Amino acid sequence: MTQDKTDIPEVSFAIVGTGGKGAITGGAILLEAAGKAGWHGLMTRSVGPQIRGGEAAALVRLATGPAFCMAQDFDILVALDWKNADRFVSAMPVHAGSIVIADPAAGTPPEAVRATGCTIVDCPISDLAKAIDGGRENMIAVGLVTQLIGLPVSVVMDVVAAKLGRKGAQAVETGHACLEAGIQAANGMQPRFPLAPAPQTDARRWLITGNEAMGLGVLRGGVRFAAAYPITPATEILEYLAPALSRTGGALLQAEDELASINMAIGASFGGRPSVTATSGPGLSLMMESLGLAAASETPVVVVDVMRVGPSTGIATKSEQSDLNIAIYGFHGDAPHVVVAPLGVADCLFTGQWAVHLAESLQTPVIVLSDQSIGQARVLIDRPADVQFLTRRKAWRASGEAYQRYALTADGVSPMSIPGQPGGQYTADGLTHDEYGAPSSTARDQTAQMEKRARKIEGFDFGDHWGQIEGDTDASTVILTWGAMTGAAREALTALDALGTPARLVAVRLIAPLPRADLARALDGAERILVVEQNRSGQFARHLRSEMDLPGEVRQLCREGPDLIRPDEIAQAIRDWSIS
Amino acid sequence: MNRPNLKPGDFKSDTTPIWCPGCGDYHVLMSITRALAQLGRPPEQVAAVSGIGCSSRIPAYTNCYGFHGVHGRSLAVAAGLKVARPDLTVLALSGDGDGFSIGGNHFLHACRRNIDMTYIVMDNRVYGMTKGQPSPTTEPDWDSALSPGGTGLSPFHPLVIALASGANFVAREFSGDIKGCTATIAEAIAHPGFSFVEILSPCVTFRPDEREWKGKVHKAAVEATDDPARAARRIMTDDGMNTGILYRGRRRPYHTSVSDETGDLGALEAAFEL
Repeated sequence: MTQDKTDIPEVSFAIVGTGGKGAITGGAILLEAAGKAGWHGLMTRSVGPQIRGGEAAALVRLATGPAFCMAQDFDILVALDWKNADRFVSAMPVHAGSIVIADPAAGTPPEAVRATGCTIVDCPISDLAKAIDGGRENMIAVGLVTQLIGLPVSVVMDVVAAKLGRKGAQAVETGHACLEAGIQAANGMQPRFPLAPAPQTDARRWLITGNEAMGLGVLRGGVRFAAAYPITPATEILEYLAPALSRTGGALLQAEDELASINMAIGASFGGRPSVTATSGPGLSLMMESLGLAAASETPVVVVDVMRVGPSTGIATKSEQSDLNIAIYGFHGDAPHVVVAPLGVADCLFTGQWAVHLAESLQTPVIVLSDQSIGQARVLIDRPADVQFLTRRKAWRASGEAYQRYALTADGVSPMSIPGQPGGQYTADGLTHDEYGAPSSTARDQTAQMEKRARKIEGFDFGDHWGQIEGDTDASTVILTWGAMTGAAREALTALDALGTPARLVAVRLIAPLPRADLARALDGAERILVVEQNRSGQFARHLRSEMDLPGEVRQLCREGPDLIRPDEIAQAIRDWSIS
Repeated sequence: MNRPNLKPGDFKSDTTPIWCPGCGDYHVLMSITRALAQLGRPPEQVAAVSGIGCSSRIPAYTNCYGFHGVHGRSLAVAAGLKVARPDLTVLALSGDGDGFSIGGNHFLHACRRNIDMTYIVMDNRVYGMTKGQPSPTTEPDWDSALSPGGTGLSPFHPLVIALASGANFVAREFSGDIKGCTATIAEAIAHPGFSFVEILSPCVTFRPDEREWKGKVHKAAVEATDDPARAARRIMTDDGMNTGILYRGRRRPYHTSVSDETGDLGALEAAFEL
């Protein structure tokens, strides 16, 4: 138990403390330092609903290779205090081999922690900080973790200096003194978790959150206008876009509510500028009527829904994949549109860009289903490869003939004129209309326009971006999942492989229209399909079964948030099924 | 880019209005086309945005770019459009139900935001398209199937609300006074920032009593002021039939805009580089 582990390929740690004590900042410093030293990893936050005084925890996992989801349990837990422990201990379980460092002056470790048999080490974190003029407990914690996992001290010092530099030289000196005190305090503590050396790479490396990646992705897709109404956990997308659009000649407009934000985006898009807004479940509910207008008037628009625990206000700071139903079926009338979901934090970049491409190409609303677990996760990654789409709206050019905005073309996509073009005037309309856009209540026009809108979506070539097939592609056991749950499923695959139970992973990015032919090929030869998703009713599984016949036997692993489905649960479900 | 020699007919489409004979909205349509011709704004440089209701049918009857959206949200569509395309002349067209009831919140914030656009509300104090229910501006004792004996509620006062919320130009007109409407709409469009024009536009079908408006309206006796307090006092104490430009503000319009050129997206990556 007190023996040093050497060269472990990954380590996970958590720093917890009352909100305002800086636990999150501490975690962020360590993550960035590890990234600068070459490691991979990610950090998530676990926070209460209070802005100050609630619980706050930084959960960090570092590894020598890519990390796709948060760790299942934690090797190191540094507790600045144990206030609200009942609310956070289940989110960061420790194990018998873990070290828990706590200040005896700040309360007793809860029974759930002691019962694991972990090593609990007393450390006077508060006194150590007080001994340094202006010292802070979170920086002591940074020193403790630096020493226990063997991060290069000089790199951590540099990151601390960069983070505190704007507060002045004195702040940096104090930070360094705290760091040093933490390192000294950790001397002799056991067990330790020294990370194996970071792999050498020439790749450009990024530290980015899913929400930031989504923001950059939609900009790469060509977005020039964003409308914004703040909502947890989507606000960071809008806060990223505000200065980024300003720097690149675009604009962001803050709306009075989500009814306005979606209509502002529609208005800007009608004006010829690719547009986006971001929201979460409650906001998406408010936007549904106008999304139908975008479908009927054939106005391109992208809505990013960073899903949280619902229904109603639910748990705003925690994750769930429960907006699939509203995203696909929430429209009144028949309104063909597109729903996509990023397969992880880094994939927010690609999926955001792709979503704009799809909206512009198909002149239709596209809903992107991200979620809190990836949107607010911060990852260390190699810079993703560039992707190019030839994204342009089918433009209208004056020909001397009267302009038909809703012309019945073979592919269902009609040339779109932009205000300012002489001769291209039309009225975009939510009323049923004829080819010219003139209001109509005839069966002929309703049928022709409905058929056209369906045709453009159904006939579109989404290419091989519909999803990913990973693992043992010949295996008859399949894990079938969508969106953000892909990370945990991918790690389950690795665990299963080590146990000699090979499995295939099919991860779906294109949710609607469901890529039936691609999925049928991906599931060819499957005898057991486990559908994994983070919602109570199995919304994706129902969607699949309503659209296509699945081969073999199908089981579901689905539950509501906020406790995320873990890789070991997925692996266990497959193992249990294989044995039975 | 203005163009001389435009005629009101250049702004009319071939679509036949669905309005009842005698509806005030015909005159509003006529006034808008005259004002645009007078200003020399070519139809392709003008966007008419509306919500739902009798008056909101107007964009399709013009030869401008039009957007006929959902109920109550015309101002939001117009705001996004104008910020994205500051070169366009943007008109938001609405009625008392669309603009003051379901769209009421957007009205407050559009005034406050002060984007350079013109908001014309055809106020007939009734929901016409759904066949005669009371709207926010309906008199408290107006009897209807939905409100037997009347609503008993004080009517909403659009001009005072606009002024209090920060609108930069406030006017009231009567649809039957085409000359007055035309002049005021032209001034509203030319005035920087958010301009609000309430046009009393009778619904002869469900509010035949509004035929009497013709004899009740009268021109404002004094010039428009740039002092909101004076304007508010006048508006609150007049008889509701006082027409003309009542307030010309000097607030700076909201000026965020989208340029034609996309800046260097590669430079944004630096924020994520380790």
